Amino acid sequence: MKLDSKIPTGPIDKAWDKHRFEMKLVNPANKRKFTVLVVGSGLAGAAAAASLAELGYKVHCFAFQDSPRRAHSIAAQGGINAAKNYQNDGDSIWRLFYDTVKGGDYRAREGNVYRLAQVSANIIDQCVAAGVPFAREYGGQLSNRSFGGAQVSRTFYARGQTGQQLLLGAYSGLERQIGLGNVIMHNRSEMLDLVLVGGHARGIVTRDLVSGKVQSWAGDAVCLATGGYGNAFFLSTNAQGCNVTATWRAHKRGALFANPCFTQIHPTCIPVSGDHQSKLTLMSESLRNDGRIWVPKSKADVGKDPRQIPEDARDYYLERKYPSFGNLVPRDVASRNAKMVCDEGRGVGPGGLGVYLDFSDAIKRLGENVIRERYGNLFEMYERITDENPYQVPMRIYPAIHYSMGGLWVDYNLMSNVPGLHVLGEANFSDHGANRLGASALMQGLADGYFVIPYTIGNYLATAKQPKVTTDAPEFKAAEAEVNARVQKLLNVKGKRSPTSFHKELGKLLWDKCGMARNAEGLQKALEQIPRIREEFWKNVNVLGDGESYNVSLEKAGRVADFLEFGELMCRDALHRNESCGGHFREEYQTEDGEALRNDEEFRYVAAWEYTGNLGAPTLHKEPLEFDNVHLATRNYQ
Amino acid sequence: MNLTLKIWRQKNADAKGGIEAYDAPDISPDMSFLEMLDVVNERLIDKGQEPVAFDHDCREGICGMCSLVINGIPHGKEKGTTTCQLHMRKFKDGETVTIEPYRAGAFPIVRDLVTDRGAYDRIIAAGGFISVATGGAQDANALPIPKVDAELAMDAAACIGCGACAAACKNASAMLFVAAKVSQLAHLPQGQPERKRRVLNMVAQMDKEGFGSCTNQYECEAVCPKEISVRVIAEMNRDYLCATLVGAE
Ligand SMILES: Cc1cc2nc3c(=O)[nH]c(=O)nc-3n(C[C@H](O)[C@H](O)[C@H](O)COP(=O)(O)OP(=O)(O)OC[C@H]3O[C@@H](n4cnc5c(N)ncnc54)[C@H](O)[C@@H]3O)c2cc1C
Ligand code: FES
Repeated sequence: MKLDSKIPTGPIDKAWDKHRFEMKLVNPANKRKFTVLVVGSGLAGAAAAASLAELGYKVHCFAFQDSPRRAHSIAAQGGINAAKNYQNDGDSIWRLFYDTVKGGDYRAREGNVYRLAQVSANIIDQCVAAGVPFAREYGGQLSNRSFGGAQVSRTFYARGQTGQQLLLGAYSGLERQIGLGNVIMHNRSEMLDLVLVGGHARGIVTRDLVSGKVQSWAGDAVCLATGGYGNAFFLSTNAQGCNVTATWRAHKRGALFANPCFTQIHPTCIPVSGDHQSKLTLMSESLRNDGRIWVPKSKADVGKDPRQIPEDARDYYLERKYPSFGNLVPRDVASRNAKMVCDEGRGVGPGGLGVYLDFSDAIKRLGENVIRERYGNLFEMYERITDENPYQVPMRIYPAIHYSMGGLWVDYNLMSNVPGLHVLGEANFSDHGANRLGASALMQGLADGYFVIPYTIGNYLATAKQPKVTTDAPEFKAAEAEVNARVQKLLNVKGKRSPTSFHKELGKLLWDKCGMARNAEGLQKALEQIPRIREEFWKNVNVLGDGESYNVSLEKAGRVADFLEFGELMCRDALHRNESCGGHFREEYQTEDGEALRNDEEFRYVAAWEYTGNLGAPTLHKEPLEFDNVHLATRNYQ
Repeated sequence: MNLTLKIWRQKNADAKGGIEAYDAPDISPDMSFLEMLDVVNERLIDKGQEPVAFDHDCREGICGMCSLVINGIPHGKEKGTTTCQLHMRKFKDGETVTIEPYRAGAFPIVRDLVTDRGAYDRIIAAGGFISVATGGAQDANALPIPKVDAELAMDAAACIGCGACAAACKNASAMLFVAAKVSQLAHLPQGQPERKRRVLNMVAQMDKEGFGSCTNQYECEAVCPKEISVRVIAEMNRDYLCATLVGAE
């Protein structure tokens, strides 16, 4: 299989314009003859569903929550990037493009990233027009803050609730289209299979989570905007329902999974407090603007009250090692350094798994009120969870799984290798390479949904020329039968262990062997163990209740079963990539000062895996990456 | 700590439900309320009993999915806190805790503690938006918005649509939810063209969904996990009055 990224030829800054002109259009009267199935109602899905409906397509949108407004995008705190250069501090489309390619450690496709930077400015305009209450200056102009991996202020925000406000903006547009009858919304509805007819993606099979009804939906194209797979690790900053099911089932129907080992660890999360922990809470990266990260210089001081540790006994290790970026180094660098100091025995708090994020200097400099205005809600959240007051005692933070750069492989048109199957937002692999910069996921989700898919899907529909199909086609019946059989199989095991216990076991294994640092030996162990856990799962999982009602155990078990298959591919990808880049840190490949050591000669490619029917032996396809505009270099944040 | 839980169990919308008691020993004060329920559920599964169904997703107090009426109060008695952010250290060892679903005619029970809050979506679909199609928006800074207005809009926009306001109200009124959206958009210049039509349509839908009317009891404000102020209700009443007098246009 030859992977064609379909990047337009010619100068990169003209590519998207040229491509837009060259793409075929669907005439307005014909649009309503096409049905698009959008799975997901986060930023990517809601923006796509609303925009496609406005254009005149018939749209069905699916989500597993009880309302589209509750998609995981709602939880994003810090902000959204855009190359507006409102601060006149030297930002430009080119600089955002450059920062993103560099931040991704040169494992992203230049053409996609350039387009992302280009449309970023339109996103802010669109959101403001839709009523998103971004933070403002007294003069009425939009306010910006800085984020990791950048030396300009290009992040737009709405207090600590940027994702919420952006999603509510997209959601209100979606609800408007629902009210007009142009989008049919299916809440509490989980996609469990993709249906191909004649090699094209023509529909999906869902299970209604309330009634248990398994049902097919036919259309002319499918868009998956189902988010990331961070919950494979059990503990992550993701919402509880985030899953790999939709993309994994599409993978098993032929869609290639790209770079699954590229997962992001966020440096500023609240440390684990005990075995009961169900999720990890992120403290926005924006805190690193004013907070200073440190640990005691000496192991002997780790148990002491941090306020009693004098200045010269503290190691502000990021400021020391990276004087020009300081506490604002990219996430992978900040996370790895936290792990390093904790591994040295200088970590603080329970189990020595924490570092301080200290606001006392900022409070002295700016006053408590300014800090409260900037971060009040985050401080409250911290106190609620830990019972400690961060205005008085430094916060304790530790890295946690946060985001998946990997995802289904897509070309420049956001179409996977399965014709008609489009993948948007965190679910695809496209723009962030091996590491995502803060405030760039919201940007990508909205770029994909508002400004890319409305163009590229038209081109597909105008050129694919596929016959109409209905759910009576045998392909749909066969897929439905498979889904029903799988549900029954889960219910019939009647074993002794809960689905959650398997999830925890897998998560711990992945975190140990395929987390912040990986090595061949550990990955090999994981590859031996995962099939064993999977085998036990299918012999010993205990799913109570029936398939014809609202059944939380069944829902959970289905997702865990998919994680158990996906986790293996993640480890295999990590094992094959004999280099360190971005979030993928292989201990064998590091420089003398412990920085990631890339191998551009051998690994400057996207690793896209094909399902072969045998989970242990997927086929690897490589899409070589060309860097014509950004000079390949070792990342240096010193 | 050791607790006794009294939990509403109901198989589905049509079944008859009832309170059942469960022992919850060895609960850590560092657990969140939902983590405590996770532990209880794992123990139920091990005993071969079906786990208690409850809604939740983000567990960070922002998605609005968690609900629960804890000891008679939506989201429990801690102010400005969603159920998922409530921690067990706020309870006493030996305490009996009653956990029920929201009770409001417009929020039918799906199972156990899970309710259907689709009515809130339909109210937004009736008018809680600015009609702007994708593309073609002017430069964002071409429309300066005074900081105070942006802040007032944001105060109202913080609503997470959880439904606690209607669940707490003895009339099951959804006024705080509806008014929060109306107020957000009324404070922004972009919201002006549809201001009157919006309030009329949203209120009409609210009535159609079977929510009760507001008699200024302010239980809604007291339980709102985002502490949305009842000022938004006063603002909406003004807009509504004005719109009924002069019509939608
Ligand atoms: C705590 C936190 C803070 C963050 N802060 C920031 C930030 O400040 N800036 C930034 O840029 N990024 C941030 N991110 C990342 C960003 O929020 C996400 O990457 C982004 O919102 C993903 O959007 P999405 O539309 O791709 O998917 P999601 O918002 O995850 O939506 C997925 C949708 O798919 C549906 N779905 C999933 N599976 C199925 C299925 N099988 N069947 C049917 N429907 C399904 C869900 O119901 C949901 O509607 C943050 C992430 C977290 C966890
Ligand atoms: S689970 Fe999201 S607000 Fe509680």
